[in-house]
Amino acid sequence: MARHKRTFQPLGYSVSFVTLFAVTIIFFWAGVAIFGNLLAPHSPSKIVDVDYFGPMSKAFPFGSDYLGRDVLSRIILGARFTVGISLCSVLLACFSGVVLGMSAAVVGGWYDTILSRFLDALSSIPSKLFGLVMVAAVGSSTPILIVLLAVIYTPGSYRFARALAVNVNAMDYVTVARARGERTFYLITQEILPNITGPVLADLGLRFVFIVLLLSGLSFLGLGVQPPNADWGSIVRENIGGLSFAAPAVLAPCLAIASLTISVNLLIDNLPVKIRDTGE
Amino acid sequence: MTTNIVEIRDLVIGAKSDSGRKIEIIKDVSFDIAEGEIVALIGESGSGKTTIALSLLGHARPGCTILGGTVRVEGEDVTAMNLAQREALRGTKVAYVPQSAAAAFNPSKRLIDQVIEVAKIHDLMTMPEARKKAIKLFHALSLPNPETIGDSYPHQVSGGQLQRLAAAMALIGEPQLMIFDEPTTALDVTTQIDVLRAFKDVMTKGGMAGVYVSHDLAVVAQIADRIIVLQAGEVRESGTTKDILENPQHPYTRELLAAFEPVPYDSTRTDAGEVAPLLDIQKIVAGYGQVGRDGMPEFVALKDISCQLHTGQNLGIIGESGSGKSTLARTIAGLLPQVKGNVIFNGSPLAANYRERSKEELRRIQIVFQLADTALNPTRSIQNILSRPITFYQDLRGAECAAQVDALLDMVQLPTSMKSRLPRELSGGQKQRVNLARALAAKPDIILCDEITSALDTVVAAAVIELLKGLQQELDLSYIFISHDLSTVQAICDDVIVMYNGEKVEQLPASRLHNGAEHPYSKQLFSSVPKLDPAWLDSVPLRGDR
Repeated sequence: MARHKRTFQPLGYSVSFVTLFAVTIIFFWAGVAIFGNLLAPHSPSKIVDVDYFGPMSKAFPFGSDYLGRDVLSRIILGARFTVGISLCSVLLACFSGVVLGMSAAVVGGWYDTILSRFLDALSSIPSKLFGLVMVAAVGSSTPILIVLLAVIYTPGSYRFARALAVNVNAMDYVTVARARGERTFYLITQEILPNITGPVLADLGLRFVFIVLLLSGLSFLGLGVQPPNADWGSIVRENIGGLSFAAPAVLAPCLAIASLTISVNLLIDNLPVKIRDTGE
Repeated sequence: MTTNIVEIRDLVIGAKSDSGRKIEIIKDVSFDIAEGEIVALIGESGSGKTTIALSLLGHARPGCTILGGTVRVEGEDVTAMNLAQREALRGTKVAYVPQSAAAAFNPSKRLIDQVIEVAKIHDLMTMPEARKKAIKLFHALSLPNPETIGDSYPHQVSGGQLQRLAAAMALIGEPQLMIFDEPTTALDVTTQIDVLRAFKDVMTKGGMAGVYVSHDLAVVAQIADRIIVLQAGEVRESGTTKDILENPQHPYTRELLAAFEPVPYDSTRTDAGEVAPLLDIQKIVAGYGQVGRDGMPEFVALKDISCQLHTGQNLGIIGESGSGKSTLARTIAGLLPQVKGNVIFNGSPLAANYRERSKEELRRIQIVFQLADTALNPTRSIQNILSRPITFYQDLRGAECAAQVDALLDMVQLPTSMKSRLPRELSGGQKQRVNLARALAAKPDIILCDEITSALDTVVAAAVIELLKGLQQELDLSYIFISHDLSTVQAICDDVIVMYNGEKVEQLPASRLHNGAEHPYSKQLFSSVPKLDPAWLDSVPLRGDR
């Protein structure tokens, strides 16, 4: 039975309050990422507190880190790396995954077999280990991180898009278009893509969460964003020594990661639903 | 004196749409069912017949609620019962036979275990007793090998047998009232007749009351004592089967009956001697699966089929499911390349695979599929769907293209205001018209119609057939019309091919279908089509097998 959630209905969509809550937090972090340097009260790399692992105070709402720098400012500036890198890689991963997946479903045959086996092989490598090896081999920089994360998450996106496209491909309207003599490009863009955008967008959100977590993990291991820059994962790592002092410097970036990933998840699970009943 | 086993009074069932709007889907329905009486609920899809039948079980589908009125089964009001009381009622007093038995059985459990489940749930008898009873029911429903059929799994028996097993499942609790929800709609006519006969037999012998939900008047005429005609959630007419069939009062009932009248088709055939056929199919062999070393596919669906279609004429292909009739259409369209044989179009052979055919060749043969729901892309507007073939084949854009779209909609008798809508915002009949219009947009010579009226209600289907005839005269088209329904084929075709098991059994002119058939299978097929006469079922001779 359907649960009855409280909803309101702008522009012919049914939107639940959970969605609204999630969207607010996501927009909040997006805003922070864009206007970070205007918002930060201190310079992120300047030592401003005399104490290290300082407690929460009026001057330093999230305390100070292991060198006495302002944690709030560092999180605000770190948002740029965490959100920016993740967003770029997720877009890259999903774009290539979806394009390859749809073409594999439509073209089929050898193309499909070779592509599927190759990407299966790629996805069989543990992602952290793969990241570790690649960073060790070519070093760590922002563009390399973006490409690396995109490569790691392309096979999953490919599998997902291919599975969806295979189903749509079996529909009669695709058969009709084929029998009309349409080319693969038309089939992919006009007949298949519009029918899989919903699930693909949901997958994009989910993959974004994975990438944020993997990036934070890599940074925590010291392989991600390199000093003097810092994303949320590296802030956690820098301040891990403060765990025994219950320093807010460890907790605050963790909460930032959690709030972003949970909000995106909530949004995916509660996407606005188009109202079909228009009163005849 | 007979008592009423069911009394429904002023039943109102409502639903809530996703924008929160309330709709009444059943409006003030009242009727009775006497002991041992079978009442049929008839009407088109969306008329509320299944909703009413389910209310007898005290069940309303998700999103629906019983808003008012009473449903009394043996004097007890079902609507006032709590869940435990309703559960006690279901299976023991009222039992339900669903439309698709294939979906109602768990594929991973043996049939007999599922049939006796009702007895187990309600603790009616010991398991050995229940098994004995089930086997007795299998006998009564004239299932083959009644002693052992229960040990099979659902996929091992045929569709008709499965439907009878579903009835056995319902009967084991010895209910006083049976609900049949379109139990034969998904079956072939030759199978339907056996199932109907088995149902009728069991019901008369057991003296049970029943509700038979169907959209097919001829089927209902065989089994029901009384018919209730429903439209848009309201009772339009009710009366004895004889009265309804012979003396219908309501215009809607008359319309339903009129759709059964065979529409004479004037064949335009002239005996002008040897004219080259438009489409000449020569000894085609095609199938599915890997092509083996002998050049034959793993599963051969078409065996040496030959036939011809002349300009301006229509060829009907008839047969039960699995006979290869749709495969033939796919082979002609090049979607399933044949391994042997030729398709000659307008004097020159067509490539087996559609990829190797020219754009012009593809344009001249169009295919229209059965289910408009899957044949129209749900994300594209009608305008978009119809303008693509125009742009593709004629390279027209903008105003010229829009003018042609309007003309097409006009041709299939749809208002031009519909072009901004999405397919899901149209009714079934309207969707099928758009489906047809898309094929017409290519300005083809031949349209392959694959069961295009099968999913439509009788009245709507009759209108689509009329439309096809009108278009033919206007546009000089030829149809290959595939159907399992004899009367639709008769209404539009010059020649009819009977297919069975991938083979062409017989070819004969449509006018001689009823008395000209010589092959035993065609005879059986034609005699299995239900007639409006209530005595028809008993007049058809029994067959040995099945």
